[in-house]
Amino acid sequence: MAKGCCQLETFLKWCYFYKKEYLGLQQLRKELPAPLLDDIYKNEVNEEETVFKSKESQDYMKIAWRYQNLPKMEASPAASSRFGHYYDVSKTLSPELLQSTKWHRFFLPEEISLQPNINICNMTSGYTRLLQSIQRIIYQEGFDGSHPQKKQKNILRIGIQNLGSVLWGEDICCTDNPEDIHSLTKFLYILRSLLRMSLSACIITVPAHLIQNKAIMERVTNLSDTVVGLESFIGSERETNPLYKDYHGLIHIHQIPQLNSLICDVSDTKDLAFRLKRKLFTIERLHLPPDLSDTVSRSSKQDLAESAKLLSSGCGAMAMGKKHLDF
Amino acid sequence: MFVELNELLHASPERPEQGTFTLLRDTRTDGSFLVHHFLSFYLKAGCKVCFVALIQSFSHYNVVAQKLGVSLPAAKERGQLVFLEGLKSCFEVLFKEEPPTGQPNPLQFIREGGSNLKALYEFVRTSLTPSESDSWKCPVLLVDDVSVLLSLGMRPVDVLDFIHYCRATVCSQLKGNVVVLVHSREDSDDTENELVVNALCHQSNLILWAEGLATGYCKDIHGQLKIIPRGPAVLSTERDLPRTYQYKIQDRNVTFFARGMSAAVL
Repeated sequence: MAKGCCQLETFLKWCYFYKKEYLGLQQLRKELPAPLLDDIYKNEVNEEETVFKSKESQDYMKIAWRYQNLPKMEASPAASSRFGHYYDVSKTLSPELLQSTKWHRFFLPEEISLQPNINICNMTSGYTRLLQSIQRIIYQEGFDGSHPQKKQKNILRIGIQNLGSVLWGEDICCTDNPEDIHSLTKFLYILRSLLRMSLSACIITVPAHLIQNKAIMERVTNLSDTVVGLESFIGSERETNPLYKDYHGLIHIHQIPQLNSLICDVSDTKDLAFRLKRKLFTIERLHLPPDLSDTVSRSSKQDLAESAKLLSSGCGAMAMGKKHLDF
Repeated sequence: MFVELNELLHASPERPEQGTFTLLRDTRTDGSFLVHHFLSFYLKAGCKVCFVALIQSFSHYNVVAQKLGVSLPAAKERGQLVFLEGLKSCFEVLFKEEPPTGQPNPLQFIREGGSNLKALYEFVRTSLTPSESDSWKCPVLLVDDVSVLLSLGMRPVDVLDFIHYCRATVCSQLKGNVVVLVHSREDSDDTENELVVNALCHQSNLILWAEGLATGYCKDIHGQLKIIPRGPAVLSTERDLPRTYQYKIQDRNVTFFARGMSAAVL
């Protein structure tokens, strides 16, 4: 959403039942992180690099010489920086930048008194009103080409929080047999049609851990273009695992878009972890460290194999059980 | 269309088969490349195609079809292709004024509820029933994908009824072909979807099952394809036994090879 404020119009959707938490909406705008300017980011990265560079020398590898000419592994998947792409989480967006952005909001308790104009069979009224609101903004602001946009062509960024939670009048987070399991998936399909018919993009958060009926999550995945899961280590047994000691959680990329093409640009690695540094939220490749302990022997490989099991289940067949790694 | 896949299926655009129901199935991967293959195959074969595209927009299929040597707008213009863009019809049925005359919107069940896909079936039937001026070869119905109908509130029995009616009309009556894509998942919690998938498996003449590799993602092998012929018992020849191949998807083509014979490992 901060990226939207830097460049484009933003549509924030929020649903709180309590008036005092309405202020939270204002707070969200205030909390959007400030973009990193080029020199600041480069300094951050350079700070870390200089430490390593001093240790680097012209050593030639004696044993692992086949690896000499391979490119150095980049811990972070992307190296470039440009304005509006990286954010400093210790600062918030400047008020001037916020004021200059055009934004719209949807606050369900305010809309509840109005009758929806459209009729969608068997859909939670919160979703119906939300869809109507989005369609109205798209039409009025010309994102669907119906009114020529006066300024340069813009994209509407839409953010929806906690879709599927009780705040939207749904009960799929409360029970295994909800009253209507189709409301959320119908909403997503109609939203998809709105997005495809206009110049807009949408990011949604869904509390997947609360949704009891897993079939719904499978259908939600099939109806989405990109699906990313965040798994925090807080409160889980992984918090104490030495493999994860530098990180705060894992990022699972379940699906990436495959639009206008037969293939999609899949990255080399699927094991990604995130951490919140002082200023940056970074995503890095997860990898096993080399086994440099004093007791490097076959028996200690058991611990490493245990850790290897934790890597993405895509390679699950690799390290099952406590067997040593066989050759 | 993918030439290597045609060879594996012993299919040729000059002599398309008739009266068949082909099920495209994917697990742990995206099987939509098979949809693109059959779309371009049947258009090149000179068949009249009705494409019920529920999950992506027209431009997506058009861009890929162009890479495979077929122009969808041209096919539409000459009346060979009837394209139902599900996302656009959904938008129209909810947010636009209904035109006073003309056919009801095939996706009107989203607005009105009810549990049948009759309007969608009528759309398919009228699109593929040949008119006197038509000179196309057999009609073909292509659906991408059936699992979406369950997400839109249809019960499994409604979906199966719809497919049954389409098969009766397109395969038996009009001597054409039906090709549908379904998503499935091992250990799935979506019992309704699995029910539909199993039922369609039993009804099909041919199943093409694209699966992600059990060992995880691989840059050079994107998945494996199981070709499973089904139908009335025939003299079992080599081509009637299930076969498995691995494949790699490229920008304009998909290459198939025997398991373990990927160019990257040889």
